[in-house]
Amino acid sequence: MKHRIFAAAVGLCATVAFSPAVMAKTLVYCSEGSPEGFNPSLYTSGTTFDASSRTIFNKLVEFERGSTKIVPGLAESWEASADGLSYTFKLRKGVKFHTTKNFTPSRDFNADDVLHSFNRQGDPNHPYYKVSGGTYEYYQGMSMPALIKEIVKVDDYTVKFVLNQPEAPFIANMAMDFASIMSAEHANKMMAAGTPEKADLEPVGTGPFQMVQYQKDAVIRFKANPDYWDGKAAIDDLIFAITPDASVRYQKLKAGECHVMPYPNPADIAAMKADPAINMLEQEGLNVGYLAFNVEKKPFDDKRVRQALNMAINKNAIIDAVFQGAGKAAKNPIPPTIWSYNEATKDYPYDPGKAKALLAEAGAAGLKTNIWAMPVQRPYNPNAKRMAEIIQADWAKVGVEAEIVTFEWGEYLKRSKNGEHDTVLLGWTGDNGDPDNFLYVLLGCDAAKDGTNRARWCHEPFNDLLVQAKRTSDIGKRTKLYEQAQTVFKEEAPWVTVAHSVVFMPVRKEVSDYRIDPFGGHIFYGVDLK
Amino acid sequence: MGGDIPAHPALRPLHRLTVFRFFITRFGMVVPTFFGVTVVAFFLIRLIPGDPIELLVGERGIDPERHAYLLKEFGYDRPLWQQYLGFVGNLLQGDFGTSIVSREPVLSEFLTLFPATIELSFMAIVFALAIGLPVGILAAVRRGSVFDHTVMGISLTGYSMPIFWWGLLLIILFSGILGWTPVSGRISVLYYIEPITGFMLIDSLLIDEPGAFKSAFRHLILPTIVLGTIPLAVIARQTRSAMLEVLGEDYIRTAHAKGLGPARIIGLHALRNALIPVITTIGLQTGVLLAGAILTETIFSWPGVGNWLVNSIYRRDYPSVQGGILLIACIVITVNLLVDLAYGLINPRIRHAGRS
Repeated sequence: MKHRIFAAAVGLCATVAFSPAVMAKTLVYCSEGSPEGFNPSLYTSGTTFDASSRTIFNKLVEFERGSTKIVPGLAESWEASADGLSYTFKLRKGVKFHTTKNFTPSRDFNADDVLHSFNRQGDPNHPYYKVSGGTYEYYQGMSMPALIKEIVKVDDYTVKFVLNQPEAPFIANMAMDFASIMSAEHANKMMAAGTPEKADLEPVGTGPFQMVQYQKDAVIRFKANPDYWDGKAAIDDLIFAITPDASVRYQKLKAGECHVMPYPNPADIAAMKADPAINMLEQEGLNVGYLAFNVEKKPFDDKRVRQALNMAINKNAIIDAVFQGAGKAAKNPIPPTIWSYNEATKDYPYDPGKAKALLAEAGAAGLKTNIWAMPVQRPYNPNAKRMAEIIQADWAKVGVEAEIVTFEWGEYLKRSKNGEHDTVLLGWTGDNGDPDNFLYVLLGCDAAKDGTNRARWCHEPFNDLLVQAKRTSDIGKRTKLYEQAQTVFKEEAPWVTVAHSVVFMPVRKEVSDYRIDPFGGHIFYGVDLK
Repeated sequence: MGGDIPAHPALRPLHRLTVFRFFITRFGMVVPTFFGVTVVAFFLIRLIPGDPIELLVGERGIDPERHAYLLKEFGYDRPLWQQYLGFVGNLLQGDFGTSIVSREPVLSEFLTLFPATIELSFMAIVFALAIGLPVGILAAVRRGSVFDHTVMGISLTGYSMPIFWWGLLLIILFSGILGWTPVSGRISVLYYIEPITGFMLIDSLLIDEPGAFKSAFRHLILPTIVLGTIPLAVIARQTRSAMLEVLGEDYIRTAHAKGLGPARIIGLHALRNALIPVITTIGLQTGVLLAGAILTETIFSWPGVGNWLVNSIYRRDYPSVQGGILLIACIVITVNLLVDLAYGLINPRIRHAGRS
């Protein structure tokens, strides 16, 4: 009997398995790590988003592929009220949820799914609020609980978000990963079956790909959603081969074991460019690496000191040594790919003589201070320690003695948030392509209170401009306000704006129309294989 | 060697009793070891600075109220000793905790990944034995020859081989330049395998897909060599020195005097005795193998427990780290216990030592 069951199991598996020869277009992506899970609202890492919000799910509005422009997603259209306090979304009709091994949807996507997806994160009484740990840190981090007053289902295909105050970047937030729309029907069914966490482990979305299998730490398999509302993907199967080591990813790409790989080693880039089998794509990242002065500590409360230390740094030497060509010197706190980037800003010239004079004038000659350097590689700073050493040497030339300090990453974030540093290296990658997401989050007065503003710099004239820009949804007006804010920022110099990095993406020659996502995601809808 | 025990019926109960006492003593030592490991596993990860919540939110930060709320949700607001007692209490009920990242039970994650580690470690030890034993014996027999010096020189290099570098080197040579072996993974991703036993060599046969087994086997070659290198060096050296010792014994001289051929002397008389320390070495190597597996799995994208444990440490996923360390420690303890017992069974001197 035992043998018969075993034989049956073998037979079943044989029919499920398919031969490599008969497989249609399969794209293999050598991903850099394992997703933490498949519900993007519970996590904050790009690795998780690649495998969930960017493949399985849609949002009400989406970022156009390869840009930061907002385009319709599950909402066909939307409209803000004149006072900026409510946003009404008209939902797309006839959108099908995925049919999976354990779930067959009985209805199309509608307003209930939108309410479920947001209320789960925002309403502590929602039955799903605590399922799978309930760590909705992106929703929290974007201040959604304070912003959203209520979400109203007007009818099956109309949803209205009522806000507590006008917030122009709200619409861009709706395109973010945490705003992915999940199936309420699936969630309810799993809840009724007593296995609510399965709604997160066996995700059901409306996106271009649906999950077929996840073998922990090894492989994630997706297949193209045949009923996708925007047309079936050009590739039939999408496989994430999880490959944590960058050198190994490169070997796999060379050997043809995968078509696309993220995060190449800077040292391998030249060889990849020379390889005839590889196309090297590159694009400026939506990020900024900076050095923040703690303006609560003397003498950094004096803007002359901050300006002098800006002038003492040879930025081009940093770009060459630390970024090895994969970076661009930054003059503004926002990257050039974001609208309202102020081209007219003049950066501080490298002028040690003038810096020394200015320090003397401010009574800060012979200053002793510290430079905090992150212990980890980040997209905006591949080697903080090296960067700190260069800055240390530059400052020594103007008589400033700086000690380099570092901590474990979590500790580093915590202590710098508490303002224990004199100067700290850090950076930021944009979430939604809105200038507010850099300027207000990193330099606003609220952020100075909660510590995300590492300069702890609360400058009323600057903050007022940002608050005004939040209150209007007129892009023209907002652009002017942000341009002005950047001018104030440069004059006050709470940071040394160091660099915007360049993102490299090696893909094999047979891959066509892969576009680098400015948000650092890896998106395969629209990609084809020759 | 069990044949050495006189088979007289009257002596049997005494023999059983001795073996029993031996077992009990050995098991008795396991219990305090186990509790020692729970202390180390629990406190060690907490000694590393870093807060799982800060790591989760990154540059974005989190407000102190929310931070406090999450600490409470995870149960990390309680004093450490209470958390420790809770951990041990749950353990005694067979609950290893739940990952704070994936929200899955630690034990089930471990069991999902463990077959990959066993498969690789098993192959590595087979590889190490298959080469290490004959080479060690030959080196001992030809003591002082060029072969002996070469083998000992190479094994010293192997013993001090940096695994990460060695793995990358082999990948670049055999997968990159020569194209003989696949770069990483357990099987070509084009094969759709639903885990049945979790052992890829077996599962690839079960799916009845032409080429699947070959693909799985080819994927094992480089990681097996990389993980097997250090045990191979140790086993070769250990076998050589054990053999040399035995070859100087009187009974070997007697065997020579009896006119026995060299094959019989070495293969039967010498090897059987020389194997005893070698078996101990194999037991001790399980710890080394699991440590080596951490690096080997990372290089070869091998979805085993080593790779998983490293990721859990990065994310400060306390339940996974303490549960994982404990489970691995249990395995090392069990293997060593088995080796001790096997050792006792094949060598009566050890067993009887407990009685005196």
